[in-house]
Amino acid sequence: MIRFHRVSKSYPNGHVALKDVSFTINRGEFVFLTGHSGAGKSTILKVLFGEQKPTAGDVRVSNFVLGDMKPDDIPRLRRKLGIVFQDFRLLEDRTASENVAFALEVTGARPDTIPARVMRVLTQVGLAAKARAYPRELSGGEQQRVAIARALVNDPPILLADEPTGNLDARATRGVFQLLREINATGTIVVMATHDLELVKSAGYRQLEMRGGEVTYDSGVDDTLATELP
Amino acid sequence: MNLLTREALLSFRRAPLLSLLSVTAIAFSLFAVSLFLLVAFNLRETLRGIEERVEVVAYVTRGAQSEAITAVSQDIQAFPEVQVVNVVTQEEALVRAKTELVEFRDAYRDLQVNPLPASLEIRMKEGFRDAKSVAAVAERVKGFDLVDDVRFGREWVERLDQLRNVTGIVGLSIGAAFAAIAIVIIGVTVRLTILQRAREIAIMRVVGATNWFIRGPFLLEGAIKGLLGGVTAVLLAGAAWRLFRNSLGTAMQGLVFLDGVTILGIVLFGLALGLGASLVSVGRHLRDV
Repeated sequence: MIRFHRVSKSYPNGHVALKDVSFTINRGEFVFLTGHSGAGKSTILKVLFGEQKPTAGDVRVSNFVLGDMKPDDIPRLRRKLGIVFQDFRLLEDRTASENVAFALEVTGARPDTIPARVMRVLTQVGLAAKARAYPRELSGGEQQRVAIARALVNDPPILLADEPTGNLDARATRGVFQLLREINATGTIVVMATHDLELVKSAGYRQLEMRGGEVTYDSGVDDTLATELP
Repeated sequence: MNLLTREALLSFRRAPLLSLLSVTAIAFSLFAVSLFLLVAFNLRETLRGIEERVEVVAYVTRGAQSEAITAVSQDIQAFPEVQVVNVVTQEEALVRAKTELVEFRDAYRDLQVNPLPASLEIRMKEGFRDAKSVAAVAERVKGFDLVDDVRFGREWVERLDQLRNVTGIVGLSIGAAFAAIAIVIIGVTVRLTILQRAREIAIMRVVGATNWFIRGPFLLEGAIKGLLGGVTAVLLAGAAWRLFRNSLGTAMQGLVFLDGVTILGIVLFGLALGLGASLVSVGRHLRDV
């Protein structure tokens, strides 16, 4: 579960990135964050994975209360999250499977369990056959699938995706989005920031629209905010 | 191989030139420190040779009995500052004068009476070869009735004192300067390595690696580079020492090399430099991003 309660974020230079933002996302939900560049979508995601601290308000992610969080606890939070970026963020000198395995290795997974877990998740994203390919040998859509596999390999209950289809053509976009739907169907919360309003409309999932750091529209307000927020 | 070692070694393979640069930077900085230590070592050795010659000569009153002279020499020998007292009889003084002062050999041959007094040559213990201690001993020796005159080359001993102080201060400052340069260079090269791997660090953070986990390979890498740099520096210093000694002929055969403790010190200092510079650079990077 994710809960933002009256969250604001401003910078020392006076720029206000989030203004009194409140929403709740329940288990199993798929939520689109929409809005122009600079509307606050990425800030919400950054606050969610502990990259930025809110200046006011209360943020809860699973069992973590982010405001009180010590820097040492941030890695524990991130192990409960899968994070996907527009630019994939793969290591160019490692194969697809090594990129996925990296996430397990650096979080201290038992080495003998790693190969099987990597293959399982690469199979899930449809890239088992390209496990030994380097990022440069893969298409954009495939690279994003590797990034998603890496995000999923720790079985996170929440997947955050910042413009995951921003660099992809229409066909690859459909493929990646379908993959995210399948992941959501297993009960994982998916929060996806996107510019692609066509996609948002056609999918029919909940939409949080942002403008100037505020949530200006929440398609799920009736059945979530009203009941969840005090 | 565990992840820590693998990642640390991987950086050598992925950026061989940068790694070579770091090791070379450490090696040359420490080489400069080692060369300086070599000079300081040999200077100290030479000073010690000169210092050993610091002595107080007490001339004994003419006609004194040899038993009385022996008794005085034993008293002086008991001074805490004194290493050894050598009694030079009148006859010995003459023999010495004849061999050492060749120009006067003829004059000495024709002598009917030995004009040279007996003397006590008093050598000081190590640590008491400074002007103050020597003057104090000379003063006390002068107090013996049997002692006619005392000489110790005050000016010369004072010069030696100054030389000792100057070499100590210059040594410390130059050594510190080279060490500081080494630290800066290592810091810069480690920072370059980190910037080169910034993407990897960012990914490690995003997937939930702890800061200590991220630091690990960099610290190991820095320590290995420091160690390699330290060993290279000692090897270079050894080569320079050998070259210098061989090319300058017999006059330089007496040159000493660094002792084991100092060599170990240089290598460990290299390791500490590598480790310290990595710790600071990674710490700064993790704080900044």
